[in-house]
Amino acid sequence: MPILNSAADLEKLRQQILDRDDRKRVVSVTNGTDGRTRNSEAVVQAFINEIKKQGLAGKLIVKSTGCHGFCEKEPTALILPEEICYVGVKPEDVPEIVSQTLAKGKVIKRLLYEDPVSGQRITRESEIPFYKSQNQTVLGNNRFLDMQKIDDYIALSGYSALARVLSEMTPEQVIEEVKSSGLRGRGGAGFPTGMKWEFCHNAEGEPKYVIVNCDEGDPGAYMDRSLMEGNPHSVLEGLLIGSYAIGAQDGYIYVRAEYPLAVENVDIAIRQAEEYGLLGQNILGSGFNFKITVHRGAGAFVCGEETALIASLEGRIGEPRQRPPFPATSGLWGKPTNINNVETWANVPLIINRGAKWFRSLGTERSKGTKIFSLVGKLQNTGLVEAPMGMTLGDIVFNIGGGIPDGKKFKAIQTGGPSGGVIPESLLNTPVDYEELSKLGAIMGSGGMIVMDEDTCLVDVARYFLNFLAGESCGKCVPCREGIYQMLKILDRICEGNGREGDIELLEEIGETVRDFSLCALGRTAPNPVLSTIRYFRDEYEVHIKEKRCPALVCKELISYYIDPEKCQACLICLRDCPAEAITGDKKIVHVIDQEKCTKCGTCLEVCPPRFGAVTKLDRVKVPEPVRQKREVVRK
Amino acid sequence: MVQALTELDKKVDEIVSKYRGDKSALIQVLIEIQRENRWLPKEALKQVSQRLGVTLTQIYHIATFYKAFSLKPRGKHSATVCLGTACQVRGAPRLLDNITQTLKINPGETSADMQFSLDTARCLGCCAIGPVMVVDGEYYSKPSRKEVEQIVSAKEIES
Repeated sequence: MPILNSAADLEKLRQQILDRDDRKRVVSVTNGTDGRTRNSEAVVQAFINEIKKQGLAGKLIVKSTGCHGFCEKEPTALILPEEICYVGVKPEDVPEIVSQTLAKGKVIKRLLYEDPVSGQRITRESEIPFYKSQNQTVLGNNRFLDMQKIDDYIALSGYSALARVLSEMTPEQVIEEVKSSGLRGRGGAGFPTGMKWEFCHNAEGEPKYVIVNCDEGDPGAYMDRSLMEGNPHSVLEGLLIGSYAIGAQDGYIYVRAEYPLAVENVDIAIRQAEEYGLLGQNILGSGFNFKITVHRGAGAFVCGEETALIASLEGRIGEPRQRPPFPATSGLWGKPTNINNVETWANVPLIINRGAKWFRSLGTERSKGTKIFSLVGKLQNTGLVEAPMGMTLGDIVFNIGGGIPDGKKFKAIQTGGPSGGVIPESLLNTPVDYEELSKLGAIMGSGGMIVMDEDTCLVDVARYFLNFLAGESCGKCVPCREGIYQMLKILDRICEGNGREGDIELLEEIGETVRDFSLCALGRTAPNPVLSTIRYFRDEYEVHIKEKRCPALVCKELISYYIDPEKCQACLICLRDCPAEAITGDKKIVHVIDQEKCTKCGTCLEVCPPRFGAVTKLDRVKVPEPVRQKREVVRK
Repeated sequence: MVQALTELDKKVDEIVSKYRGDKSALIQVLIEIQRENRWLPKEALKQVSQRLGVTLTQIYHIATFYKAFSLKPRGKHSATVCLGTACQVRGAPRLLDNITQTLKINPGETSADMQFSLDTARCLGCCAIGPVMVVDGEYYSKPSRKEVEQIVSAKEIES
């Protein structure tokens, strides 16, 4: 590979790549972690083999790409330039796609996305309702990029923002541009990025360090993984621009242990960038040097906090420390350090290329640009959504997410992971930005949005998050370590039917203490899931405590499984499958659950044929006495 | 047994050399030993301690803090159920029940024949296709009870 010595070299290379790939039809197959659960690697291989077999090699390009967003329908095969989008592609579909669509341009109807509302088949990806209201500026390039090929990124004008910065701008001008764009940290707190850079730029001390935080710990959020897997060069380019502005020569990428493909792809990306001279000494002939080291996390949620992450990078346990001093003045090895989240870095090249003014034109008064959300849970369409800040929660859930499946009712949406809160239906018209979500007792966080339907118990959800946080608290400070544990104990007893009068008030009191006196953001935001559910769903807590009932039929100790003797067809299925052997009955004899033996695992409800629907959950512990006379069943 | 230890010795040596004996690479060294050997035996940790010049207590401090490390021998195969929020609301507890019943071990345990270890994860980041289970690095989306049994028995036949 040639070393690129100037912006002109880079442009020349780009032209060569464009000429090489000119007028070739492209098939982009999603082959990220999500796609791989559904055999996407075999689909990619099938395309490569089949194209050879049908004598089309050289005329077509197969790209193995990261996630386009609609992960639930993967693997998808997107055919460009026509933008024909096939969903749920299997290796056996490939020969037909090659011979019909790739060779002749004919559309295969059965592989197109079917709109569940209208039943219509949709040909173009951008016309699928899930994508229609989105504005994918950061995530959008995933579909055009083979995730392990730097040339694809360069073809899309990749690294041209870096070239411009190095040849035309001073570090101060870069900082000014980012400041004026209004970009705020996408990792959760929403601190203005340009200002953070300026602090570090102005700080005394050498060397300086820059860090990419890809320790995406919030359960339910995975945009950073998708960017790191699908478009690692956009993160590298952002990092290079930032390090030039700040005056750093060493960068670290901290990737969590659970993301093996992200580590693989970023390692490849670094190697390729080095081969072109886009990393290393004298980058693009500018005299600027930069080196990147990838650090794999070892599994600790708290390492997403910047001071804990730095401790971990230094080879210590990930315990946060008191701030100030902030990392900008004293970070890695006590030197000025700037940490930004993956998505923040990936926004930087866009701001340089399209200008701060363009970026400011998207979003709300105080939150600019777009944000990637992971829209998941009980929803028709799940996946990654990128929308301008300020879109309402309701639009995201219903227009993009397609509402709740199976005719169930929307109950709540949880934003911001374990540090976030739960928002009820009545507030769905809230525009999503940093300030508006905080007002509701939730947070933007890293952008996780988990939709819950009527079958979700919010006391149980609060307990779930506290259980998570109790396990992840590093234990350094007392309010977090002990406070979360005590709150969890109270929630446990409420869910088990042993809640006491005054428990809600006690939760609020402890929650406020934990919030006000914990050392780091983990503890300070830990009570949010509890306080927000009490705020909006207090009645649900009260029913648990006073009536010992779980209205959503979730809390195991408060419900019973029951076989309706009128509906049971004595088919023996539940009887055989019950792991606790708690069901009695026989051929033609109605089945009965022995409540003493029942472990409430739910197997019987799952296996009872829907046409019988004999097993139900009851929101009380007492169930009707079994019919004394064993009824003989005559099959209908 | 003696032979197995010397082999591990060699591997540890290679890994430490790869990081040029850099103390700050301790976590990366432990990650690689864990990956090679599936757990961290005391002998290996002593060796790391000597080679990197880090005290054994410091190494245990790290190895017990981070979840990626195991100080107990682990099974030949590993199954992990994601308990992230998205998986949780879409039935991860049921999936965990299924695999627990199939393997007859609880999360955090290894079967007596050393075939399987079962774990739970905070979030694997495949939230749109949950509930998710990973067996030996392969991801499975929404496996039914029957599929769980098939996956496990396929692994048992394989070994």
